[in-house]
Amino acid sequence: MSPLNPARVAREFPTRYRLEAARCDGCGAVSFPPRVVCPACRGRKFATVSLEPEGKVLTWTVIHVGPSSHKHEVPYALAVVELAGGVRITCQIADVDPARVEAGMPVRLEFRRIQEDGEAGVIAYGHKAVPA
Amino acid sequence: MRDVAIVGIGLSRWGEVWDASLRTLWTEAALAALDDAGLDRVDSITVGSMTPGLFVGQEHLGPLLADELGMAGVPATRVESACASGGVALKTGFAEVAAGLADIVLVTGVEKMTDVSGDECTAALAAAADAELEVFYGATFPGLYAMMARAHMARWGTTREQLAMVAVKNHRHGALNPHAQYRQEITVKDVIESAMVAEPLTILDCSPITDGAAAVVLAELGVARTIAKGRPIVRIAGVGQATDRIALQSRADLTTLPATTLAAQRAFKMAGKTPNDIHLAEVHDCFTIAEILVVEALGFCKPGQGGCQASSGRTALGGEIPVNPSGGLKSKGHPVGATGVAQAVEITTQLRGVAGKRQVAGARVGLTQNMGGTGASTVVHILEVAS
Repeated sequence: MSPLNPARVAREFPTRYRLEAARCDGCGAVSFPPRVVCPACRGRKFATVSLEPEGKVLTWTVIHVGPSSHKHEVPYALAVVELAGGVRITCQIADVDPARVEAGMPVRLEFRRIQEDGEAGVIAYGHKAVPA
Repeated sequence: MRDVAIVGIGLSRWGEVWDASLRTLWTEAALAALDDAGLDRVDSITVGSMTPGLFVGQEHLGPLLADELGMAGVPATRVESACASGGVALKTGFAEVAAGLADIVLVTGVEKMTDVSGDECTAALAAAADAELEVFYGATFPGLYAMMARAHMARWGTTREQLAMVAVKNHRHGALNPHAQYRQEITVKDVIESAMVAEPLTILDCSPITDGAAAVVLAELGVARTIAKGRPIVRIAGVGQATDRIALQSRADLTTLPATTLAAQRAFKMAGKTPNDIHLAEVHDCFTIAEILVVEALGFCKPGQGGCQASSGRTALGGEIPVNPSGGLKSKGHPVGATGVAQAVEITTQLRGVAGKRQVAGARVGLTQNMGGTGASTVVHILEVAS
């Protein structure tokens, strides 16, 4: 059940590399990552859109006891970030002293390394937020 | 639908039980409940367990445990809903008796958590969150609840001390419970100054890692009356279950638990009761903030006032509505799949009037609330002394 199985990592490329989301044809709600059924109206037809990478911190924590995949990064700030279009994502806040993170802080998503499977294995990329 | 009663209750040893395996713990609890009921046969078995596959490399618990009890042949079903697995196993057993599929069901929950390292345990528990949207990016359960705590503090002015008071209260209760894993009393200062896990939550804001099992025997009410042994008969008067968006980020409001509210409304409606009718409750205090959010969601206080319920003494033993007289997950321990069943064991003990030093005087109606993940699944049961 490795989260870094190559196929599992590769199928997330559209969302993690390009921030691709799905806008529902029926109600306009944006789902990220794209889904088969719109959670707002149960519509099944979508258009692919890209998320705007700017947003703000809604709530946050600083993780001192981390999972083995992120143990080398503690303490790190983790947040729920609301992007300009209203989509919310969970990610780390990087390039800032974790003690200075606060609710309402403007941030921008950047493409960063998230996990790696040892020296020879898969490197999985995704997004971290940095102060805007 | 037939009426259903709890006729037997049992717990295994709880704690870091190095010398007992999953099957041994489970069998201890099952035998205790069957002996309490005075029964040696059942029509069906349900087992709540979150992730024995990750904890001990064992799935297929239904037949494994029926076999262990010398009951191969009896239908046995594993039920999973993360930390609400036990509560959902209870609901499943209730449904079998209510529907007439069985007259007597052995409802159980079990988790053997200390055969893996702390890292592996964190990873196993994190499987209840969204693997791609939360865990991949470094989220942990304490981290997700910490973000809910921060949001509640920002919106309602809930304080760090109020969070800590939930742990202080539940340890005070647990100190009176011979079965609790951690029976020492703690102070607000102890909580705040203990090791930081995910700001603002420290290790004493978190429930512990526990090995343990719990069991109750359910019977159709008429059958229950024939084997009551003169004890009060505890009837399951209401059952409610609900779900929510699984990832915290997907929820419109980070400070409420809509699945708990929905499950409670369904249980109250079925029982024909309101929050004012409840004499005591066992709720899912996996973290201190969780109890604060839950007492609001159950309607025991207004939104935003969860923070002052423990600190004012209202939810303490002797208060208006004692919450977690057993010590809760925090002090009694939290073998995840067993917790929902253990809550019913405690309420039944209280309604029988045999809870000793932690007895809630005059208790006749109690409630259990058991939830999975950050509240994506919840099951509520209302128990009462049958007239």
